[in-house]
Amino acid sequence: MDEHTLRIGCAAGFSGDRTDAAAPVVDALLAAGGPAALIFETLAERTLALAQIARRADPDRGYEPLLDELLRPILGRCLQGGVRIVSNMGAANPRAAALRVRELAREAGVAAPRIAVVTGDDVSGAAHRAALRECLGEALDTRVLVSANAYLGAEAIAAALRAGAQVVITGRVADPSLAVGPALAHFGWAHDDWDRIARATMAGHLLECGAQVSGGYFADPGVKDVAGLAHVGYPIAEIDADGDCVITKPAGTGGEITEHTVKEQLLYEVHDPAAYLTPDVVADIGLAQVEQVGPDRVRLGGVRGHARTATLKVNACFESGWLAEGEISYAGPRAEARARLAAEVLRERLAGLGPLRADLIGVASIFGDDAGRWLAATPDSGARDVRLRVALRHAERAAAERLNRELTALYTCGPAGGGGVRTALRPTLSTLSCLLPRELVRGTFEMLQ
Amino acid sequence: MTALTVPLWRAAHGRTGDKGDRSNISVIAWHAALYPVIAEQITADVVARCFAHRQPSRVTRHELPNLQAMNFVLDGVLDGGVNDALNLDSHGKALSFLLLDLPLVVPAGLAPLLRGPDR
Repeated sequence: MDEHTLRIGCAAGFSGDRTDAAAPVVDALLAAGGPAALIFETLAERTLALAQIARRADPDRGYEPLLDELLRPILGRCLQGGVRIVSNMGAANPRAAALRVRELAREAGVAAPRIAVVTGDDVSGAAHRAALRECLGEALDTRVLVSANAYLGAEAIAAALRAGAQVVITGRVADPSLAVGPALAHFGWAHDDWDRIARATMAGHLLECGAQVSGGYFADPGVKDVAGLAHVGYPIAEIDADGDCVITKPAGTGGEITEHTVKEQLLYEVHDPAAYLTPDVVADIGLAQVEQVGPDRVRLGGVRGHARTATLKVNACFESGWLAEGEISYAGPRAEARARLAAEVLRERLAGLGPLRADLIGVASIFGDDAGRWLAATPDSGARDVRLRVALRHAERAAAERLNRELTALYTCGPAGGGGVRTALRPTLSTLSCLLPRELVRGTFEMLQ
Repeated sequence: MTALTVPLWRAAHGRTGDKGDRSNISVIAWHAALYPVIAEQITADVVARCFAHRQPSRVTRHELPNLQAMNFVLDGVLDGGVNDALNLDSHGKALSFLLLDLPLVVPAGLAPLLRGPDR
């Protein structure tokens, strides 16, 4: 057993990820022995706004809806085996999530764990209103704010772990910080040890999307074949005292970890590779190296770090009206021509209501643009099985609903043979991002009593 | 020595990421010897033309020779991004496959390094 290596497993890469991924990761962490942590990343850009809406409807909710399903299979074994759990499952209500974790521990029959709640990310309240108006502009006065959260870094997580927390529940933190926190707490790096923090940050970045580094979201039959995708193993980073890491996965699971799977994830959602910004550091992968060092074992080295920025990113979500979507199918001779005619009819009926998007599923529905330039430039391919899909947004519900009524009316008024109408109408949120001075946001933890 | 024209996906792979109305698409050579060929031909201008119908406000190419990879950052190509776009794929997750279908001229000597079926 190697006490100098910290193993961090990741068992969820977004809200809605598989809930049976954690067990093999925990098996591997326990079998390896030594210090270990398990992270669950469950917050995408809009997840938190949806959680805020859930909390308004019920003050005891507003955290990850699948918390029970994610934690129940492994919580008892992690607590007994010394595997720390760090997750942003708290979403809009970390304290309620922590209380639920305590209840699950009781159900599992283990001693009451030390659970830390990290807060300070929510900047939607009165205390931050003036600063938020300065960075978001007039939107704050003219639109209905649903949520505003700053991306916290790893410091509060590390502090909670150093204080003995076995489980750390957060709201919005930068995804890689979920891994940087345990590394800071374990290795005791200085807060300005930029190179080491940057290396741990990129280890966290490789982990943060779960199976995306271990063969998930990679397969392309005949070109990129991946075995065992139905049971893809979730990743484990073995982090050394310098922050460098080897990415691996539990034995006996599907998927693969190769230089190619690691490179794809390394560059995922990166813009300038010399300046990957997180609250903890500016990471630089310009000279990074990726090397296969064994079966399903890839080493990441050469990451550099620079001083973190003076600001923190804030995501603010606003109510933004309604999205209407509908579909109708055409099949057989001239199916595509009939689907195209149906789109024209809808455009004429709904003229003036706002931009209407039309897609021919099976012909042109994804690469195209909302304005329809791509579809217009795509000649009739003579497709014989086509589903027309239309979408439009409007501030008013009744106006958006008109799309669905007009689409349904194609049953009797549209081109011949249209069938299988489905419509949907839902409220939408829009996001604005801005930067707040770091000193205005205080991430802190409290141990659940 | 002759050359052959193949779709880029036979020489490289990649993945799309999104933040707001900005998309990034990685292009990672299947083999180190293919990287210079890709870097010479798949320029920011070529990618901008490939996405012209989405009217990018800017296309930037970052080169990572250590990783035999490039990272393209495309601003303004997601019709407002996940919150505002009407596209089924509002994240633009499929866009890497539009880029990877670009034609690439490969010296015949490198043909054994290509992946996937000939046609």
